[in-house]
Amino acid sequence: MKSIIILSGLGALTLFSEIINFKKWLYPIILLGLLACIGFAIKDWGAPAHHFYNNMMVFDNMAIAFTILLCSIVFIWLILAKDFLSNETHLTDHLSLILFASVGAMMMVSYGNLVMLFLGIETLSIPLYIMAGSKKNSLNSNESALKYFLMGAFATGFLLYGIALIYGVAGAFHLHTIADYVVAERGNYPMMFYTGILFILIGISFKVSAFPFQFWAPDVYTGAPTMVTAFMSTIVKTAAFAAFYRLFNTCFAGVGAVWIKMVIVMSVATLLIGNIGAIIQTNLKRMLAYSAIAHAGYLLIGIASIDLTSGNDSSSGNTIFYYTLAYSIGSLISFGILYNVANSTESDSIEAFNGLGKRNPFLAFAMTISLLSLAGIPPMAGFFGKYYLFLSAIHQGKIWLVMFAVLASLIGIYYYLKVIIAMYFKPQENLPIVVVKEYHEITIAFLLIILIVLGLAPELFIKLF
Amino acid sequence: MLTALIIFFPFLLSFLFFIFKRNSLINLAFGASILELLVCLVAFFTFQKNAEVQFPLEFSWIPSLGIKFKVGIDGISLILVLLTGLITPFIILSSANKNIENPNAFYGLIFLMQAALMGVFTAFDGFLFYIFWELALLPIYFICLIWGGENRQKITLKFFIYTILGSLLMLIGFIIVYLHTPGSHSFDWNQMVLAAKQMSSGLQVWVFWLVFMAFAIKMPVFPFHTWQPDTYTVAPAQGTMLLSAIMLKMGTYGVLRWLLPIAPLGVAQWGDFAMILCIIGIVYAGIIAIKQTDFKTLIAYSSISHVGLIGAGMFAINVQGFQGALMQMLSHGISVFALFYIIDLIETRTKTRNLNELGGVRSIAPQFATVFMIIMLGSVALPLTNGFVGEFLLLNGLYQYNSIYAAIAGLTIILGAIYMLRSYQLSMLGESSAKTNSFPELSSSEKLILIPMVVLVIVLGVYPQPILSATEPAVKSLINVIQQNPILTVR
Repeated sequence: MKSIIILSGLGALTLFSEIINFKKWLYPIILLGLLACIGFAIKDWGAPAHHFYNNMMVFDNMAIAFTILLCSIVFIWLILAKDFLSNETHLTDHLSLILFASVGAMMMVSYGNLVMLFLGIETLSIPLYIMAGSKKNSLNSNESALKYFLMGAFATGFLLYGIALIYGVAGAFHLHTIADYVVAERGNYPMMFYTGILFILIGISFKVSAFPFQFWAPDVYTGAPTMVTAFMSTIVKTAAFAAFYRLFNTCFAGVGAVWIKMVIVMSVATLLIGNIGAIIQTNLKRMLAYSAIAHAGYLLIGIASIDLTSGNDSSSGNTIFYYTLAYSIGSLISFGILYNVANSTESDSIEAFNGLGKRNPFLAFAMTISLLSLAGIPPMAGFFGKYYLFLSAIHQGKIWLVMFAVLASLIGIYYYLKVIIAMYFKPQENLPIVVVKEYHEITIAFLLIILIVLGLAPELFIKLF
Repeated sequence: MLTALIIFFPFLLSFLFFIFKRNSLINLAFGASILELLVCLVAFFTFQKNAEVQFPLEFSWIPSLGIKFKVGIDGISLILVLLTGLITPFIILSSANKNIENPNAFYGLIFLMQAALMGVFTAFDGFLFYIFWELALLPIYFICLIWGGENRQKITLKFFIYTILGSLLMLIGFIIVYLHTPGSHSFDWNQMVLAAKQMSSGLQVWVFWLVFMAFAIKMPVFPFHTWQPDTYTVAPAQGTMLLSAIMLKMGTYGVLRWLLPIAPLGVAQWGDFAMILCIIGIVYAGIIAIKQTDFKTLIAYSSISHVGLIGAGMFAINVQGFQGALMQMLSHGISVFALFYIIDLIETRTKTRNLNELGGVRSIAPQFATVFMIIMLGSVALPLTNGFVGEFLLLNGLYQYNSIYAAIAGLTIILGAIYMLRSYQLSMLGESSAKTNSFPELSSSEKLILIPMVVLVIVLGVYPQPILSATEPAVKSLINVIQQNPILTVR
C-alpha cells in the first residue's frame, strides 16, 4: 500500500514540478522513491496479509512479490529510458504518465475487489494510450495509439460487463465472497454466471494479448516508440498475468472445468500465432512483438495448470512469477539494445544488427544471452521459467499441451537464432559502430548477471509465496 | 572430488580462454588438456574394479524440486570420461597448422564442450544430466557456425533444432518419471529407477519413446539421421571430430544409463523395434557410404552404420552386448577421430576431398599411406585391431538375442570392408593425379597425433582386458537393475 501512495505522490509532484520549476532533481527523486517502495515492500514481506479499505486491497506475499518485481522493472526501465524521455518527449508529462501507469499495475497485483481490478487496468491503460502516441509526428505512432485505445476501450467494456454479470449473480465484488458463492452453489449456476466469466476472460486476454484478441499487439508494439514498447511488454504483461492468476485462482477455481479448456485452446493458438508470426518478420521490433504474444501463450499454460482441487494453489502462481521475472529481464535487455542500435542505424530491422559482433561486441554478447534466455536454452533463466511451467502442466496431466509448447519453442529457437546469426555472421557493410552510454552498459551488464544468477540458482525465486 | 575436478577444470579453462587473448594459444590449450587427461588417467588407474559409483560428489542444488548436483564415476562412465579426456588434446593439437580466427574463443568453446561432456557422462541426477546435455549443444553449434564451411547457417540450424527437439522430449519423459518418485519427488538416478518400476507399462511406453527420441537423434538412429551427414560435412575438422568421436557417444551412453533402466517395460515392448531401426541404419548407411565420393560424407555415413551396431547390441540387454557397446564406443571414438584427421590432412594438402581426384599417394608418401592403412583396418574391424573386439562382442550379444538380426547386422563387416577399402584404393593406390603429385610426407607434429592413435588401435585390439574388466561389474549390476531384480550394489 505504501508503494502505491508513494508513487501517486511522486506522480502528482511530477505534474506540478513544471509550474514550480523543479525539473533538475526530479529524476533522482523518482528513482529514490522507487527504491523506497521496494524497501517498504521488503519490510512487509512475510507478515500476515494486510487488508485495506474493507478488503479493497489485499497485500499478501504474492502481491508484495509482484510489487517488488514491478517497482524494480520500472526502476531499470527509467534508467534505460532516460535519453528517450528527456530528448524525444516532454519529460514531466511522460514521467507522471509512467508513474500513474505503475500505480495501476500495482493495483492489478494487489486487488481484493473486482472494482479495484477494473480501476487498476484503466489506470494502467490510459497513460499507455497516450504514451504509445508520444511520437506526435510519426504516422505509425499515431496509428498505434489509436488502435490501442479503440481496441483497449472495447475490451474494457467486455471486462466491465463481465464484472457486472458476476455481481448480478453473486451479489458481491469481493473476491472471497464470490469464491464462497462458487463453493456454496456448486454446479448450480445460472447462465449469466458463465457469461460473466467468459466476458472477464475476454477482457483480460486482450490485455495479455492472447488469441483471439492478439491482433492489436504487433501494430501497436511496432508503432510505439521502442522504450514504450519495452514498458508494454514487461510491466503490462506482468501485471495482467498477476491479475489473471489472482482472479481465476481465488474466485473461479471451483468452476475450472468451464474455463480451463478455453484457456488451453487459447494457449495453443497463441503459441502457434506468436511463434509462426515471428518467423517471417524482418523488423526486429515486430518480431519481438510476436515473441511477446508467444510468451503470453506459455504463461497461459501456467493459468491452465492452476490446481483446482487444492482450493488455493500457489505453485502455479510462483511459476508465473518466475516466468514473468525471467521474461521481463530478457525483454528489457533486448529492447534496451534495440533502442541503442536503432538510434545509431536509424532502423528497427534485423539487418540493422548485421555484424554487431564487430560493431559492438558487448551489445552482441548481451543480446545473444538474452535471446537464448527468451528461447529457453539452459542454463539461462528463461529455461527454468519454461521448465517450471512444463512441470506444473505435466503434474496436472496436460502432457499434450506441453508437447505442443515444446514444438512451439522449437520454432522460437529458429527466429531468435536468426538474430544471433545476423549479429555474428552477416557482413556489416556500411553500418556504423554502435556507441552506448556508459550507464546503459552498466545496466545491461547488471541485468545479464541477474539473468545468469537466476538460471544457476532458481531456488532463490521459485518458492516465494 | 576427482569428478568435480574433471568437470570444473575445463569450465575454468574455457572461462580463462574467453577472457584472455594471447598469442600461441595452442600450446597453452594443449598443455591444459594434457593436464585434464592426466586427471582422467588417475581416475582410471585408481578406479576400484567393482560396481560402486566412485569418486562421488553430491550436494543440493534446487532442494524444493529435489534436484541435486550428484556426480560420480562407475565402470560405464569411466570409459566415456577416458575417451573424452583422451581425444580432446589430440583434437586441439590437430588444429596446430590451421589459421584459426579468434583462437581464444575457439579453444574456449572446445573446453566448454569438454566440461559439458564430462558432466553428461558423470551425472547421476536426471535434471543435471539434462542441463549438461543442453550445455554440450551450445559450443558445438557455435563452433560449426563460426568456423564451418559453405552453407553452414542452414545446416547447423537444422542440427540445432533437431537436437533441441530431442532433448526437450527427453525432459518431458524425465518429468513423467520424476512425478512418480515417492515423497516430494527427486531426479536422483536411483529414485527414478525405482519409480519406473511402479509405473504402468502404458506410461513406460510413453517414457521410452520420449527419451529414445533424444538419444536416437543424437546417435543418430536410422530415420532420425538426416541432420548428420550434412553437419559432419560442413563442420570444421575439429568440430566434426568432436561431433563424431565424442558427442555421438552421448546418445549411446544415454541409452545405457538412462533409457534402459527408467523404462524397462517400455524397452520390453518396443526395444525390439528400436533394434530393428538400428539394424536398418547399419545396412542403409553402409550401402549409401559405398556410393559417396566426398570422403568426409563417406565417413559420416560409416559412422551411422557403426553406431547402429552399438545401438542394436545395447537393446539386446546382455553382458556381451553392453560390454561390446562400451568397447566399441571407445574404439570408434579413436578410429573416427583418426580418420577425420587424415581426411583433414588430405584436404589441406590437395584442397579436395573428392575421392575421384585423389590417388597414388602410397608411392609418394608411404608413411602416410601405412598409417592410414592401419587406422582403416581398425575401423573395418580386422582381428587384432580395436574395432574387432567391440564388433565381435556386439554381434555375439546380438546373436544371443536373435540369430537372424545378428546375421543381418553382421553385414556391417562386409559393407565396412567394401566402402573403406574402396576409399583407400581410390585415395592411396593407382596413378597419382594432378592434385596428389607433390603430396608431402607426414610432418613430425602430424606423427605426434597419428602414432599414438596407431598404437591405441593395436594395443586395444591385442589387449582389451583392462577396459573389459573395468566395465564388467558395472555392466552386470546395470543388467540386474534393468531386469527388475532388487538393486544389489548401486547406491
